[in-house]
Amino acid sequence: MVLLALPRRVLAQPSVNPAPGIDARMLNTPQGTMQSILQGAAMRRGRVRLELPAIADDGHSVPLVVRVDSPMNDGDHVQRIDLVSEKNPVPLMATFFLRPQTGRAEVESRVRLNGSQRVTAIAQLSDGSFWFDAADVVVNESACLDGS
Amino acid sequence: MTARIQVQREARRGGLIEVRVLIQHPMETGFRYDSLGRQTPRNVIHRFECRYSGVEVFRAAMGTGIAANPYLRFFVRAEDSGDIECRWIDQENVSGSVSARVTVTG
Repeated sequence: MVLLALPRRVLAQPSVNPAPGIDARMLNTPQGTMQSILQGAAMRRGRVRLELPAIADDGHSVPLVVRVDSPMNDGDHVQRIDLVSEKNPVPLMATFFLRPQTGRAEVESRVRLNGSQRVTAIAQLSDGSFWFDAADVVVNESACLDGS
Repeated sequence: MTARIQVQREARRGGLIEVRVLIQHPMETGFRYDSLGRQTPRNVIHRFECRYSGVEVFRAAMGTGIAANPYLRFFVRAEDSGDIECRWIDQENVSGSVSARVTVTG
């Protein structure tokens, strides 16, 4: 099999999909995923920016970019970024661990989404504080149609 | 496992290096059944790490929520000339790696 070419520049569709006015109480994830990340701490909206297409034709592969406003120096940097799905059978999609040497708190990947939902990115900074952003995405063809 | 890494060859000290990695892997979720009704066992690349001159600079813990043929794009701050090496391992303990050399100037 021939490996797919690296995708060209970022998102296929004009992205940016702020779900306005969301606060932490409006995020609904099963199985205590967020609780296990936050360990009782509070999270605030801001500093994190999650970009997803507003409409994804194929839930098997949805491009996603998460950026955190951070100087990424020894004293102030992003330690981890968690991506949480509302509807996937496994809500925690990925965790990225960053260091000051990462230089810029920006990660792009492609996720599976089992249906239209709100996706949340939670960043933990080096001072221990949690920040998040959420984006609503309409998925035309869900991933994980079998057995889930 | 086939994989590609794309990194600029040269960078300025203190500047940013963009790293793009694409790995050929089914990222089997464990939720699929074959034609005989048997469940396909879950097998995802659960750990991915990137080292720059031997020092870990980025790590990802991935689950079934990452699409097949996982793609990652992230940054590394250029410090000294050296190798950017990415390694990963899946749940069947198959590992892989790719690396690229970066020359840092200035």
